[in-house]
Amino acid sequence: MSPAVNPHPLPGRPSSRMAEIRNYTLNFGPQHPAAHGVLRLVLEMDGEVIERADPHVGLLHRGTEKLAESKPYNQSIGYMDRLDYVSMMCSEHGYVRAIEKLLGIEAPERAQYIRTMFDEITRILNHLMWLGTHALDVGAMTMFLYCFREREDLMDCYEAVSGARMHATYYRPGGVYRDLPEQMPRYEESQFGSSAEAKRRNATREGSLLDFIEDFVDRFPGLVDEYETLLTDNRIWKQRTVGIGVVTPERAMQLGFTGPMLRGSGIAWDLRKKQPYAAYDQVDFDIPIGTNGDCYDRYLVRVEEFRQSARIIKQCVQWLRANPGPVMIGDHKIAPPKRADMKDDMEALIHHFKLFTEGYCPPAGEVYAAVEAPKGEFGCYIVSDGANKPYRLKIRAPGFPHLAAMDEMARGHMLADVVAIIGTMDIVFGEIDR
Amino acid sequence: MTPEDRLDELEEALEEHLEEFTDCRRERARGELTLNVPRDQLIAVMKLLREKRTLAFEQCIDVCGVDYAAYGQSEWVTGMASNSGFGRAASRELPELGAQDRFAVVYHLLSITHNVRLRVKTFLDTDHPIVDSVVGVWASALWFEREAFDLFGIMFAGHPDLRRILTDYGFIGHPFRKDFPLIGQVEMRYDAEQRRVIYEPVSIEPRTLVPRVIREDSRYESGCKPAPAAGEAE
Repeated sequence: MSPAVNPHPLPGRPSSRMAEIRNYTLNFGPQHPAAHGVLRLVLEMDGEVIERADPHVGLLHRGTEKLAESKPYNQSIGYMDRLDYVSMMCSEHGYVRAIEKLLGIEAPERAQYIRTMFDEITRILNHLMWLGTHALDVGAMTMFLYCFREREDLMDCYEAVSGARMHATYYRPGGVYRDLPEQMPRYEESQFGSSAEAKRRNATREGSLLDFIEDFVDRFPGLVDEYETLLTDNRIWKQRTVGIGVVTPERAMQLGFTGPMLRGSGIAWDLRKKQPYAAYDQVDFDIPIGTNGDCYDRYLVRVEEFRQSARIIKQCVQWLRANPGPVMIGDHKIAPPKRADMKDDMEALIHHFKLFTEGYCPPAGEVYAAVEAPKGEFGCYIVSDGANKPYRLKIRAPGFPHLAAMDEMARGHMLADVVAIIGTMDIVFGEIDR
Repeated sequence: MTPEDRLDELEEALEEHLEEFTDCRRERARGELTLNVPRDQLIAVMKLLREKRTLAFEQCIDVCGVDYAAYGQSEWVTGMASNSGFGRAASRELPELGAQDRFAVVYHLLSITHNVRLRVKTFLDTDHPIVDSVVGVWASALWFEREAFDLFGIMFAGHPDLRRILTDYGFIGHPFRKDFPLIGQVEMRYDAEQRRVIYEPVSIEPRTLVPRVIREDSRYESGCKPAPAAGEAE
């Protein structure tokens, strides 16, 4: 049978009319797997070319800032983990730093190094997630598996230090919750894994957490090379990313870009260098920048950040090995006393009670503190009227202005490029919708 | 150059360029500089801040609204002892709104050239919270202003696309205002009889788990302020 002749033509609609209907509106998401969560994009298209992109956000809006207004300061730290749920500790850091600035306190030096180290672990965690999903969206399945393999080790670091794989609540105003554990948790033989399997997995877990982290950062640059052999010179990867979503340096600043999005456009701006916090002024690292401002350059920037983060972690591990000390300030008006002290010290018991029933009252005023989160500048603006709860907390999420630029970046590109652009923005809806 | 030196330089530059805007007030605290601008001069000042070479605020990092309606109010007066304890189901009444400046819009600016930050603050009329949009100065304000409109009901004159952004389609009210209850006003569920999702008034009661307390802490009284006393403007 010849397929050339359509035996059932649609009445009143000759086939040539199909070509005339060119403009249409396409609804992308909120359940599309490439929409990275709950992004709903309304795309006005001319054929396959985007004429206007209108992101609808807020599907994950939980009112974090309003909730924080109804709780003592410390009880909102856990909410910060749930904002950008792939770079948890960096969000905590931004919030905790704002409180510290308000109170006028500084964490002890060892806590600063622990924070620096975990910020960089978080950066690697975040970039691994970004790389895996971005490559998966563009069609490279293997990257996803590789990246999640390494994420597992870093999640174990989170777990060893805080007891939770993701939502750590590890940073506290005045330091960190507790010192690094002397022993890395180990696998046991179970019905899911033999003793030989457990032994193999425990090979790097015989020592302390620091030993485990050091082993990881020694391995990691080789693993980054592995990722790069798959992508950097890959013809398909380059076809999908080179020249896509180009942002000039002027526009990047106008649009409020920060982090790798700004550096990809060639502006050497990194809060870790320019407005150093924690122990970033004590460690040695470089800031990679791009030249063309396209998706490929942003990819290269983030891959280089992998290597720089590993370098920072290595230096922190060495410092932390050599310098034991307190990880929390001794002021029990802000930091809780030790549980052992509470057993025989009335004062400690009272402090503990007051701290957990009421919290502390910082002075009236307002502060803004920002950290270089993996996605860009994460800032917290706190207005205090002297109460035990923030009067107003505004969270400046880096992804928010990035996604706002969606229309500008996607205009004139093909539908498939929208997926690459969403990928390169490193979108997480926890922080955008708040 | 330390951050404090950079702020000194910024203050000098502001002094020079904002000479004609006599109503602008500067405040310096905790190593941060705040510029209070009357709302009718906002756009003129913002343009200066971006364009003058000695200021060069290329980035508008954040725009947010603040509702000052309940500022300084506590739920528990700490002056005297209480025999009855604290009522759990707190009724949140609309605070009295006598003040003319209930709402404020706060802009956080960043100069990449000079590596300094500046906070610009402008107070709005209580009944008609409207201010000129800065979208023409910084494109990044587009969504930030939509957010402030959505959550606080602050209007931005000249904004090209002032729609709601974070709340649901068809949402009523501005949830971050202090008179909007934390539990919200409606709840939704699937109704099996009508076979659709319906909205009903909330069935839960507002509760306060930890009362809001303001304590006059002697450590923060003027004279013995903590660490960054050097940054205080006198």
